[in-house]
Order: sequence, then C-alpha cells, then structure tokens
Amino acid sequence: MREIVSLTGNDAVAYAFKHAKPDVVVAFPITPQTELMHKFAEFVADGEVDTELVLVESEHSAMSAAVGAASAGARVATATSSQGFALMWEIVYIAAALRLPIVMALINRALSAPINIHGDHSDAMGGRDTGWIQLFSENSQQAYDNAIQAFKIASHQELFLPVIVNLDGFILSHTAEPVELLDENEAESFIGPHRSPYSLLDFKSPITIGPLDLQDYYFEHKRAELEAMHRAPKIIEMVGKEYGKLTGREYGFIEKYFVDDAELVFVSLGSTSGTAKFAVDRLREKGLPVGVLNIRVFRPFPYNEIRETLKECQYIAVLDRAISFGAENGPLCLEIKSALYGVERPPSVGNYIYGLGGRDITYFQIEELAERIIKSKTVDKYGFIGLRE
Amino acid sequence: MSEKSWKELAIGGIITEAGNSEKYIVGGWRTFRPIFIPENCIHCLFCWIYCPDSAIMVKGGKMVGFDYDHCKGCGICAYECPAKKKAIEMKFEEEFAKEVCEK
Repeated sequence: MREIVSLTGNDAVAYAFKHAKPDVVVAFPITPQTELMHKFAEFVADGEVDTELVLVESEHSAMSAAVGAASAGARVATATSSQGFALMWEIVYIAAALRLPIVMALINRALSAPINIHGDHSDAMGGRDTGWIQLFSENSQQAYDNAIQAFKIASHQELFLPVIVNLDGFILSHTAEPVELLDENEAESFIGPHRSPYSLLDFKSPITIGPLDLQDYYFEHKRAELEAMHRAPKIIEMVGKEYGKLTGREYGFIEKYFVDDAELVFVSLGSTSGTAKFAVDRLREKGLPVGVLNIRVFRPFPYNEIRETLKECQYIAVLDRAISFGAENGPLCLEIKSALYGVERPPSVGNYIYGLGGRDITYFQIEELAERIIKSKTVDKYGFIGLRE
Repeated sequence: MSEKSWKELAIGGIITEAGNSEKYIVGGWRTFRPIFIPENCIHCLFCWIYCPDSAIMVKGGKMVGFDYDHCKGCGICAYECPAKKKAIEMKFEEEFAKEVCEK
C-alpha cells in the first residue's frame, strides 16, 4: 500500500534504497548524509531488507568497495557529502568508466576551506566531468522519486552508467515534509531485476577489468564511454515517463514554471527552485512576468530543451550555488550560456552566486532581484545574493 | 593484432580473453638488450628462474635464448648468471637500432 509519511530528505532516500533492495550498500558517515545511512542501517538490522551493509574506513574505500561489488554483478548504493565525495574522486571516475550501475545519494554541502557543514553545490560541481548521470531534487519527494528512478536508469541494458542523486544538505536532508512512498512490491516491479554489464563471479567466462590502456586504446575507450552518455537522455526520459504513469509525478529534464510568457526567467538547481517558485507566485500577483526554470538533470545537460525554452525570453538570471574559480561565471551559468550559443538575438544572461556554505536565500531576495532587473532592464554579469559587500 | 574502432570494444574496457598479455609486445621499452653467449652457458637456468617477464626461452631443459618481444632489458639475468665467464651480456639497445628499424 502506498503511504504518505513525514520524512526528511535523508529518510526519503533511505526508503528508496530499501525499496530498491540493493545487494550491497557501502556506508561511511559524513554530515549531512549520516542520518541516511543510520536509517538504512536500521532497516538492515531490523531485517526489513536483505542487504550486505559494508562499513568502510573512508569514502575512498566506500567507492572502491562499491566498484568491487558492482563489478561482481551486485546492485549497489552508497551516499556521501562534500569532503567525502572529494575523497572518493579518483574512484568516481573509475566507476563510470567501468560502466558500473552504482547509485549514490550526494547530500550537497560546501567544500573546505574554511570548514563548513552546510549546503551548497560545490561538491556536486566537482562531479561534473566524472561520467556519472546527475539528478537534482527540489524537495524530499523528488529526492525519493529520483532515487527510485536512478536504480532503473543506471542498470538499463542500453546504458550501464552510475547515477548521482543530489539533494541540498540540511535544507532537504534534515527537513521533514510529506512524502508519498510507493508500495514495496510496486517499487520492486517498477525498478525491475538488476542487470550488470558483466560479472567477475562468472567463472565460465573470466574477464579482466581495469587493465592498463595506453596510447593505442585509451582514446577509443573514452569515446565509447561518451557514447553511453549520449544514450542517457533517451533512457532518462523513458524511465521518467513510466514513473509519471505510475505515480502522476513526471519531472522531465527541466521543469518550467510560468516560463512561456516570462520576460525574466530564473534558472536554478535543487531546493532553491522551490523558493524561486514562491517568489514568482508573488511577483505574478504584482503583474510581473517572471518564471522559473528548474533543472532536474544536470548530467547529461539538456542543452536542446533549455535552448528551446529560453531563446525567446528577454532576461535570464542564473542562480549558482557554487563558484568555478577563474571562469567567467558559475558552473550552471556557463552551461546556460553554452545552450544559448548561436541563438539569434539571445537573451541577456545574468549570473548570481548565492547560498555558499548554507547562507540562506529567501523568496524576498529573489523578488527584490526580479524587480530590480525588470526596472533597470539590466542583469549583472557576475552578481551575488546575500553577500556583505 | 589489428586495432579496433571504438564501436567494437567490450563495455567498460574489460578484457574478455584470459591470458592475452602475451600478445602485447613490450620489447620496445628496452634500454639494454641481453645477449646470449651459448659457449659460456652451464644451463643452470638461474636466468629462467629470476626473469620477471618469463622472457628466457628454454628447450629440452636448456637455455636457448631470449624472447625479445617481452624482455624489457632489466639485466637481472646477466647479474644472476653464475658461470665463470658470463653467458649473458647486456648491450645498449642503440647498437641494434639499425636492425630494429629494418624489422
């Protein structure tokens, strides 16, 4: 039976892991992810899920164990945050290149230094080029829905790529809200049986994984990996539609909120999209034509959908919760500009860095920014929201 | 071994054929080349035991020469050779440059 329960983002993803019945879950604690694995460890201890829970000594080992288990043919999940993801980095690339369908919840948090345990997207942006699919979640419900879909996407036989499910640290991970959980059997039949690209435990056809690969073949192997990423949009769309049929919640690559007639569109990732939507409701009441474009799929980045959606609008304000040091803009803004390249009479694209280290962003700040842009008819090339100058 | 296009490769760069490292020619990494001097050889097979790349060729219990496709020229064989007059001598690979080029 489906039920609607009050869950934090961490708990919601723990339930998604439980419903996916992974063979192996690898855990190492880090704030703000810790409660996710606490919850999942409870499920294992109470016999509610028959998963081998592997407790490791670091995140580097966590991803290594995940790679080992997945290459043996297991369905594998793990979760981390911030420095933990940074420590995994080496193996994160390997998981993707070996085409292992691992699912990882990344509870987004700032990177040191200075030390900060609160939410921003700096950690996720370090995963941009790793070859993992990246989904972002606006709320706990979407975190659960993304995580369920992630298992089906990752092990799709035309794909075999690992998936990161991003959710904002504390803002989502530690805030309880109503979440509709699928019935366990329903979730199991939606996700379907686990498929592996190969198995080290198949003794009849022994294989070597991760061998040395020099000037003669490395390039070709990376090209083949790229091809898998090119196939990802089709699979993500198909899984999303199927999930939509089952639950009524279909998200797509991007979500448009009052975008079609908007003069100004805010573009954002994660929970801030919810804040921006609330601001847009209030702006619309004042008669201001403002909308929000929420990006759910960050890798592969939906360039075509975004170009088609944004090419007609006048002003774009891209909200970035991370800095790409030395780049002209924040990481999300760079992608948006890239999507708009070649458009005739392109919109003015402004970039606003906000919320680093968990600095709050309020609907009031977004409203104020919208009013300023529309009144002054200019956007900032590189602005900041909520920063003391 | 003809080189394959990226479309023909096994998923994840796995190797599906066990024991195929023999097909990979690594002799080109050598700086020094071991030269066999048969008249000095006592066929103790120390070289065969010590060679880290299985590049000593043996027939009927006797040392017969080197597998230059896999020998990387480390010189361990020459060092370990216990014969009074060494049966293995290391020479600079460049002395054979012409021969290598022609090959």
